[in-house]
Amino acid sequence: MKTILKLISLIGLILTIVPALMVFNGAMEKEMHKTLMFVGTVLWFGTVPFWMGKSDPQES
Amino acid sequence: MELKKQSIAEKLEAINEYEREPIPQGKLKGLKGFIGMYAGEHTAGTEFVIGPLFVAHGVTAPDLIWGLLIGNLLAVLSWAFLCAPIAVKTRVTMYYQLEKICGRSLVIIYNAVNGLMFCFLAGSMIAVSATAVGIPFDITMPSLTDMFPTGIGWVLSVMAVGAVITVIAILGYEQVSKFANRAAPWMILVFIAAAFAVLPEIGVTSLGDFWTVANEKIWTGEPMVDQSRFTFWHVMFFAWFANMAMHIGMADMSIFRYAKKWEYGFSSATGMYVGHFLAWIASGILYSYFLLKFDNSAEFAPGKIAFEAAGIAGAICVIIAGWTTANPTIYRAGLAFQAIFRKSSRWKVTLATGAFTTLAACFPALVMRLLDFVALYGLVLMPMGAIIFIDFYLLKKMGLKPNYAEVAGIKFSLQAAITWIATLVLCLALNFAAGIEVFFLGLPGWFIAAFLYILCSKMMQKKTVSPQVA
Repeated sequence: MKTILKLISLIGLILTIVPALMVFNGAMEKEMHKTLMFVGTVLWFGTVPFWMGKSDPQES
Repeated sequence: MELKKQSIAEKLEAINEYEREPIPQGKLKGLKGFIGMYAGEHTAGTEFVIGPLFVAHGVTAPDLIWGLLIGNLLAVLSWAFLCAPIAVKTRVTMYYQLEKICGRSLVIIYNAVNGLMFCFLAGSMIAVSATAVGIPFDITMPSLTDMFPTGIGWVLSVMAVGAVITVIAILGYEQVSKFANRAAPWMILVFIAAAFAVLPEIGVTSLGDFWTVANEKIWTGEPMVDQSRFTFWHVMFFAWFANMAMHIGMADMSIFRYAKKWEYGFSSATGMYVGHFLAWIASGILYSYFLLKFDNSAEFAPGKIAFEAAGIAGAICVIIAGWTTANPTIYRAGLAFQAIFRKSSRWKVTLATGAFTTLAACFPALVMRLLDFVALYGLVLMPMGAIIFIDFYLLKKMGLKPNYAEVAGIKFSLQAAITWIATLVLCLALNFAAGIEVFFLGLPGWFIAAFLYILCSKMMQKKTVSPQVA
């Protein structure tokens, strides 16, 4: 379960940065990048509390 | 109902942050927590202000890049070699260490000043977050010249942000650290992504174009109206001293007392080179884009700037960026005031601190004059850091007593008080008489403080320590 959540978080980060790079390269419209970045934000904050800092003894 | 209330209060009282005792071995934290903490804390709401203010002050592109590279390196070295080693050896907060050196009465005065500075700094971050919260309500945003609240909508936005941040700060270091760790990777990417997305509209269509456009359209060397012109030296000293109170001023002893090794001081590099390098450059690019799009608008609202570049995610980033810095700052202010009101519980002190900070945040002056305030804030608190350093490393070697107030049983160390006040008076004189700007005073100020403290200790310790104590 944790692996799936981490994967979704990673997708969230990819959606945050990659569309912007595509706008820079002229491969995507800016409005689409804004929408995808928002989706990435929701995915990141929706999943990260369930795995980050949960089992790492270093964080205690 | 009463039972429930009592239960919450008991839980809050139970959050023990080791304000007046060394951190026990079992509570030490690993490197990962510090890396996340620094990356999160220094990729913050202020970054959305400082980057644009460099643009407004007309710094050139080469001056910016070299100034940031060197200034940030000096800041990391200050954390690693000045602050962290003492924190790891003593394992106490800076305030408690200072109490041993200066006595409780002087620390009360210092804490009042320190806490007040922290409140204003956190207030500026709350204000930055509020510029994003207010976007859906179309509130009137402040401009570069606004010093007072711009309307009821602005005040309500600030109040809402301040309330949430205060509650998180009350819950303590663990919650602050977790929040910063979780937000940091995403936030850093938003800064970088937003800058990349606007570059084509500024005229950069390939990486090869960047340096030319950076010189011609972003960091042009031309200051905006009523703004002074910044040079390499302004940028370098600002980058070094932006967190002077934390490293040279030793306030981050409160953080590094949890570190397993002093080398964790180098973890501050994540904050410096991601937050105070990439994020300042990125926010400068975003502001240039905003100025081009809105025909050099005087409006200065980081939330709106980020919203224009990255949409809703950009606005959320500004809000969260403000939180991740305001949280530990209010927490630190709470610790500072806790040292004064020792009988009051920490959560009540933090609640009052948060309320005052929120009130201060209503004034946009905190944002518009942020560069000056940050420099002043570091300067005012720096002499006590110099005193701690000299006391810890040199006094014993010179045949003098370290932790003199504790040893001699005094509540007010005159040598420390004279050092603090005289240093600031001399820095003020350098500012007025020699015209040295506030950004540059920290360096001579540290040596003045160190010299004065040694001199005063030599003169006063001999006269005041009784034979039994000596």
